[in-house]
Amino acid sequence: MSSLLEVRGLGKTFSAHRALADVTFDVARGEAVALVGESGSGKSTTARVIARLTPPTEGSVQFGGARLSNRAFRARVQMIFQDPFASLDPIHTIGYHLARPLVIHKRVTNKSELGARVRALLEQVGLSAELVRKHPHQLSGGQRQRVAIARALAVDPELILADEPTSMLDASIRIGILNLLRDLKEQRGIALVFITHDLASARYLADRTLVMYAGHIVESGPSAEVMDAPKHPYTKLLLASLPDPLRPFTSAPISSPSKSGCPFASRCPEVHERCTSLPALHSITTTRSVRCHAVSASS
Amino acid sequence: MSRLVVEDLRVEYLTAKGRVRVVDGVSFEVGPGEIFGLAGESGSGKSTIALAVLRLLKQPAAITGGRIVVGGRDVTAMSEDELRRFRWREVSLVTQSAMSALNPVIPIGEQIADAIEAHESVARKPALARAAELLSLVGIDPARTKSFAHELSGGMRQRVVIAMALALQPPLVIMDEPTTALDVIVQREILSQIAKLQAQLGFSILFITHDLSLMISLCTHIGVLYAGRLAEVAPAAKLTTPRHPYTQGLVTCFPALHGPRTELVGIAGAPPDPRYPAPGCAFEPRCTQRLAICGTCAPALVRIEKHHEVACHRC
Amino acid sequence: MKLGLGILGAFAVIAIFGPLFVGDPTLQVAVPMSSPSWAHWLGTTGQGQDVLAQLVCGARTSLVIGIFVGLSQIAVGALVGTTAGYFGGWVDDVLTTIVNIFLIMPGLPLMVIIAAYLPTGSLTIALVLVVTGWAWSARVIRAQTLSLRDKDFVLAATVSGERGLRIIVAHIMPNMTSLLVSSFIGATLYAIGAEVALEFLGLGDVSKVTWGTNLFWASNDSALMTGAWWTFVPTGACIALVGFALAMVNGAIDELGNPRLRREDAFLAEAAARGVALGVSTPVLRREA
Repeated sequence: MSSLLEVRGLGKTFSAHRALADVTFDVARGEAVALVGESGSGKSTTARVIARLTPPTEGSVQFGGARLSNRAFRARVQMIFQDPFASLDPIHTIGYHLARPLVIHKRVTNKSELGARVRALLEQVGLSAELVRKHPHQLSGGQRQRVAIARALAVDPELILADEPTSMLDASIRIGILNLLRDLKEQRGIALVFITHDLASARYLADRTLVMYAGHIVESGPSAEVMDAPKHPYTKLLLASLPDPLRPFTSAPISSPSKSGCPFASRCPEVHERCTSLPALHSITTTRSVRCHAVSASS
Repeated sequence: MSRLVVEDLRVEYLTAKGRVRVVDGVSFEVGPGEIFGLAGESGSGKSTIALAVLRLLKQPAAITGGRIVVGGRDVTAMSEDELRRFRWREVSLVTQSAMSALNPVIPIGEQIADAIEAHESVARKPALARAAELLSLVGIDPARTKSFAHELSGGMRQRVVIAMALALQPPLVIMDEPTTALDVIVQREILSQIAKLQAQLGFSILFITHDLSLMISLCTHIGVLYAGRLAEVAPAAKLTTPRHPYTQGLVTCFPALHGPRTELVGIAGAPPDPRYPAPGCAFEPRCTQRLAICGTCAPALVRIEKHHEVACHRC
Repeated sequence: MKLGLGILGAFAVIAIFGPLFVGDPTLQVAVPMSSPSWAHWLGTTGQGQDVLAQLVCGARTSLVIGIFVGLSQIAVGALVGTTAGYFGGWVDDVLTTIVNIFLIMPGLPLMVIIAAYLPTGSLTIALVLVVTGWAWSARVIRAQTLSLRDKDFVLAATVSGERGLRIIVAHIMPNMTSLLVSSFIGATLYAIGAEVALEFLGLGDVSKVTWGTNLFWASNDSALMTGAWWTFVPTGACIALVGFALAMVNGAIDELGNPRLRREDAFLAEAAARGVALGVSTPVLRREA
């Protein structure tokens, strides 16, 4: 599998606050990768840096193995935002939102073709073509998120960054959006970087899952393996915290991330002296990596 | 005797464009020591019910029918004065946004003491001592009584709000999405604390959330709201095998963490717009099991077995 | 809102069509300083000109200057404000510095100096007002642009491949329409007032008929001392009325943009019909089910 996206040593500092550190991963053509973490873990910042919405402080993002102009890049990489109530401009119609990328990237040659393509886009995401003339406020949250997906699809991208696309939606709507994204991956071969705080959705949609904590990737591997046999103490804690009807509530220690060394050391039940130095993200099998001193290749 | 009885409650928004009914004939009871969960999606009316119980809904909302009985007294018949004495002492409220519930320029210990003094004639010192006691009850070091809200993490702030809600030992606490703004690990912390306190002190909880799986693990009884009406009311354990098609759909909306990866279908369509109510069952347009009658006649909530009520023509 | 728009509409009609009916305001038509009569409803000036004709023709020049200045200020302010706010970085630093320099310069003395050096005339007055006033609009528009720039729909447009200029014109400007309109009204209000002030001081072209020169001549002819109230009261009242109307429209626009200021009349009517006193608590307005 050739890598479509190569993220290397990404770091981002917002005035003294270190939001990202040493974020390195690849996304293969047609692969779905989930970035999982809690608020402040750096998962959304990673997506924004990849999308060229904010420059990294250090590290690099390579797409398709070449240096691309902004416009060429945006014709191949698209993004879906978390809040469908904020990501569509209230002034413009749904038709305008879908027509613009087609016009900008010269995907159509005349007006009638443009109209037909816009209607086709709406139908591809399961919406009625009649919505063309509506404004965002006339649509429900689920419909708006579908419009946002349709806009991303307009340029026929190779990669879609989806930043918590379902977290603002009601439970009964969510699965439809997840299924739509999965169909895009499976039927059109679009690679996905799926940002979420929900481990179960990550497993449902993504081939691989990367777990982030305090700006670092702490664990990565095939989604099912990470959920079934987590290696990093943070991933274990995260999984143990999910509501489960069969399990009564139990406590876990809470404190802010450590400033130096392993960021999880201040909360880790298995903390050790060596944790004052930052462990590297090292491979433990051909497909899995963990950033923890206590986990070695043999374990 | 039940701590809270809600009987045929109706709430409407009286807007310039007409009346919008957001709670439509809801009835349920919360017994002593029960944790009653109200589940529903945005716009289902769950938070409206919570605020209606305290008569805290803002304009242009009005209670247009039904009764709310707390401790044998009808809240809908209370005067402003009676309500002022009733709130906090008999029913307190924990909301989602702890930051806006706390005053940023007053230390947290003082704020709790203020709440106590507002309702009881106690001196400052014992009130402050009670505040410290309450903070340690929710797992905060009493040495932090002098801290300001911004010096605390989100989880700690929510604990302070819970301590404040328990300050007058009310028999009923309403919790409206108390952990929604928090990360899962902190959420679990807070919920276990709530479960522990509830077992220890014996107050009842009306717990409101959109997260059904969380609710099933915490609550004793659950009411599922859809478009302002109760679709199903059952003991939590029974909701793992729900009877209403909406609840059945909801339960299958959550991907599993383990086991085989199965294709989930969710529920097609979207909730109805309360401005244009349909004559029949509100769920009928999205229902996979609908009957001819569903489009014309809204089903009543009927008991199908002990403690289990469903509003569906199929049951 | 309706009253404000009504007053403005009436003045617009007077300014556009009025001069057709009142004759030449510069001609001497009667004995100077004659008080209001059937022939001359508002009397005559110290030069024996008809005050009504001066008032009506003055409305045209004053309102045209006001609107022209308002539009120009918003145009310059929007150009500078959105550019600085959207592009940020050194562009913002340079533009903000220029804006601040204009903001700290004392407006009226500057106006007087510039107006004194340039050839007199309406265009000069307008130019002076734009130069001294644009920075205020630029500042508020920049602040609004900064908050819109980080909205998801702007980021989404960027991801779609939209260029900066198009984002400013198609996404940022339309989303601050109410701010632009209210700044325009504010600028017009300021321009009418400042124009009158400059001309009253004699810094305009005193041979032209405007509201400002009307007052200049009234003062020149010692109208206040001779008790010739009709030479300055009508003009003063019109200026006040236009100012009042503009301020009212501005307030109404604020209300439209901010739903918190809107009152729920249906709700209040229903409560009043039932005789229910509204307090802090949710009212109970029972209906038969």
